[in-house]
Amino acid sequence: MKEVRFVDALLEVNNLSVSFSTYAGKVQAVRGVNLFLKKGETLAIVGESGSGKSVTSKTIMNLLPKRSAQIEEGEILFEGKDLTKYSEKQMDKIRGSEISMIFQDPMTALNPTMTIGKQIAESILSHEKTSKKEAMQKAIALVKLVGIPNAEGRVNQYPHQFSGGMRQRVVIAIALACNPKVLIADEPTTALDVTIQAQILDLMKVIQQKMGTSIIIITHDLGVVANMADRVAVMYAGKIVETGKVDEIFYNPQHPYTWGLLGSMPNMETRGELVAIPGTPPDMLHPPKGDPFAERNEQALKIDFLREPPMFKLTETHFAATWLLHGKAPVVERPVKMQKGHLQTRKLQNANELQVRQLEPLVQIKNLKKYFSVGKNEVLKAVDNISIDIMRGETLGLVGESGCGKSTLGRTLMKLYEATDGEVFYRQELVHGKKKASQMKDFNRKVQMIFQDPYASLNPRKTVSDIIAEGIDIHGLAKTKEERRQKVYHLLEVVGLNRSHASRYPHEFSGGQRQRIGIARALAVEPEFIIADEPISALDVSIQAQVVNLMKKLQKEHDLTYLFIAHDLSMVKHISDRVGVMYLGNMVELASSDDLYNDPLHPYTQALLSAVPVPDPMREKSRNRIVLKGELPSPSTPPSGCRFRTRCPYALDSCAKEVPLWRELKKNHWAACHILK
Amino acid sequence: MKKYFLLRVMNIIITLFIIATATFFLMKQLPGSPFDEERLSNLSDDQRIEFLSRYGLDQPLSQQYIIYMKNLVTGDFGESFYFKGQEVADLIKHRIGPSALLGAQAVVLGITIGIVLGIIAAFRHNTIWDFSTMFIAVIGVSVPNFVFAALLQYYVGLKLGLLPVAFWESYSSSIMPTIALSLMVIALIARFTRNEMLEVLQQDYIITARAKGVPQFKVIYKHAIRNALIPVLTILGPIVVSLLTGSLVIENIFGVPGIGSLFVDSIKVNDYTTIMGLTLFYSAFFVLTMLIIDLLYGVIDPRIRINGAKE
Repeated sequence: MKEVRFVDALLEVNNLSVSFSTYAGKVQAVRGVNLFLKKGETLAIVGESGSGKSVTSKTIMNLLPKRSAQIEEGEILFEGKDLTKYSEKQMDKIRGSEISMIFQDPMTALNPTMTIGKQIAESILSHEKTSKKEAMQKAIALVKLVGIPNAEGRVNQYPHQFSGGMRQRVVIAIALACNPKVLIADEPTTALDVTIQAQILDLMKVIQQKMGTSIIIITHDLGVVANMADRVAVMYAGKIVETGKVDEIFYNPQHPYTWGLLGSMPNMETRGELVAIPGTPPDMLHPPKGDPFAERNEQALKIDFLREPPMFKLTETHFAATWLLHGKAPVVERPVKMQKGHLQTRKLQNANELQVRQLEPLVQIKNLKKYFSVGKNEVLKAVDNISIDIMRGETLGLVGESGCGKSTLGRTLMKLYEATDGEVFYRQELVHGKKKASQMKDFNRKVQMIFQDPYASLNPRKTVSDIIAEGIDIHGLAKTKEERRQKVYHLLEVVGLNRSHASRYPHEFSGGQRQRIGIARALAVEPEFIIADEPISALDVSIQAQVVNLMKKLQKEHDLTYLFIAHDLSMVKHISDRVGVMYLGNMVELASSDDLYNDPLHPYTQALLSAVPVPDPMREKSRNRIVLKGELPSPSTPPSGCRFRTRCPYALDSCAKEVPLWRELKKNHWAACHILK
Repeated sequence: MKKYFLLRVMNIIITLFIIATATFFLMKQLPGSPFDEERLSNLSDDQRIEFLSRYGLDQPLSQQYIIYMKNLVTGDFGESFYFKGQEVADLIKHRIGPSALLGAQAVVLGITIGIVLGIIAAFRHNTIWDFSTMFIAVIGVSVPNFVFAALLQYYVGLKLGLLPVAFWESYSSSIMPTIALSLMVIALIARFTRNEMLEVLQQDYIITARAKGVPQFKVIYKHAIRNALIPVLTILGPIVVSLLTGSLVIENIFGVPGIGSLFVDSIKVNDYTTIMGLTLFYSAFFVLTMLIIDLLYGVIDPRIRINGAKE
């Protein structure tokens, strides 16, 4: 690829290598990356954490910590000039005015002690000779441009007075302040809810059209890539393993890692096991010699371990670094194929007529309410009047945007919170209210939880064996030490770890492995019902698939019932038998997962489904999105009547008056909406 | 905001009331008194009764307490048992000047130098600057200020003869006690500021600012310092306390005629009314400082300000 020069490239990265000095040694984060970006185009860099995608972008901006990071070799040409040779002062002139950046987490990307107007104006004042007043006028115009209402008033407010989505708009306004030629967006929507993500992605597109900005978008979400990108570069272990036009990458991927990535992300139709990529990414202290992905590639060739594959050219735009493209290579079948527009209109065939109906309910929830008091005379109705049954052996998925009360519902079911009103029956027995200690102990054993953050949920000072066995000890499930040890070994093997891990501490494991430990801990007490609260959202795509496959397998083997709480609709759809959709403390729709996908009834569900980007560029580019207006209202002052009415495209006057009834509209398909008959 | 302020003031009054009550009864429990039985036994019965009644000591304890509290409300701390004929309030008034000067100078010097050192250390993280600053900080926390005071007196005062060794004669007399007092403050603030700065420099909004093209110096000065100082405010309370207790010792060493040395003297001679008066004075000063610090939070951190203003 080196020999091809892109005359019209605005930004060119040639053979860039970046390393970090750590106490353990040199981490080779980026190893010989070549990239280019043309005027007005969008390039997506895809990869998992540690693949070097963020480091590459920060190197372009020269924002890496000087003390530990070094550029080993390579050049970064911006309009023909090498940025790696620029001094800090010269870079200050480029940053923010020629190239600017949007960051992942809008909650932390803004200075909490400075008004947003000042933060935007600061960028203008750093690069243009204008008065403070003019800069503020420009800031107001920018705030309007990024779609924040009441711009004149809001520029004088501080970041904490804005919601996450609005803050990300402010970050975008800062980035656009000096009309940059290149905009680097580092996971710009990862921290946002799907409906807000749809808004922000739309905004970025509109701005690109208006201003002709070139965009580099860094993401792990293939749906976002399909939606935004013209070209894609797939990164793995500090290298670009494949690059091409978006259609080439999605419909004709060549590198086994790209296959794995595409296969491990479920779309709305994936059935059965996900194609998980086994293992974990390599340790960049000692990067592997040959193809870095060879270790995790079950069909790796001998040569993959020995020599690094060169970039093979497939078309003028499509390149991949895999020995499979060598003339003498054997033909290897791609595990999952995707056809163009495959996801376009097809309805799901033989939608599994739910068998769970015949099963007995394990958990019955009747008019459950959980209110928290926040301040004086203010009540946060986190869960309001929810009635559902959870059947034995099923997986009930629970989706909704942050703050909709899905986690509170899970915790109230477990009696971690005492219910404000309503009842929960577990095997026909009341959960809440006063209970005997022995009853409580039994309930606590039967109901277990898997947590979101595998880093925070394991005690760092305990060995894995003690973490897993804590429940065994409390409930006296092992009579001898030997039995306890055998149980721990068995559990470790069940979740795909091995015996030698028992004596180690949590920090020695990767995120995916820790989540396995968390699952082993939950399983240790032989539970019947597991509440999994966002169990995979902190993990990388390929690891997510491993954990989801494991959970499905365990469910079959141990006859478990799951409540699977997540905001990732496609993953919930994939794992669940039925899915419940929550909005502001209410359940708005409940149906079998195929039914919900084929025929969403509630306008919110429809919007939610349409907001999820699908990893299919054809579909992404052709479909019409229902972009919800505005933001989630505060749960302490929800709208009257139907809570969704303020954002509902079909809202009628009557919606404000009455709370919609929770009705079975079709067989086994429940929803609460006035306009549905 | 108004409501919050009123609540706080109420709180302060209740706190002071409890402290006054506690010190009153504790003081009565103390063994010994300025009017020990032996000393009073020399007096005739009449003289004794007259003497006791002059100070109200012939009344039952509950009655004494009520009188004491009544006087307190009108700002009357009573008459000193030791300095005959002097009101405690007047005693404090006469001696407050030197103490206030020392305290104010130590706070200003300590906070300024502490913050500057902390920022330098953070900015030059893991260099000789950082290490030497932290060395000073460890010394400052671990060496008691009276040791440091003695060293100052010996080297700067006696050997070099640059400054007066003791006594309160001119402004130059205040320099050494101020330095001795502020050492602890410098040490505490420098350490804390450094840690907070290091934390803040890692924050995303610092990268945002740099990505805007704001020069590095400006990033530190406009974005980092203010955010780093918010938590530094929390330790100002304990620092004020350390200054108060520090002044008890330092004033004695340097012979400063302030309320610190008055406090120590009055304890030596069991001067109840003065002890109680000073305890209350110190307490009032402390709770007021805490109130000011809490109000300062609102000024420096908009997240707190706006939430309060909503009510």
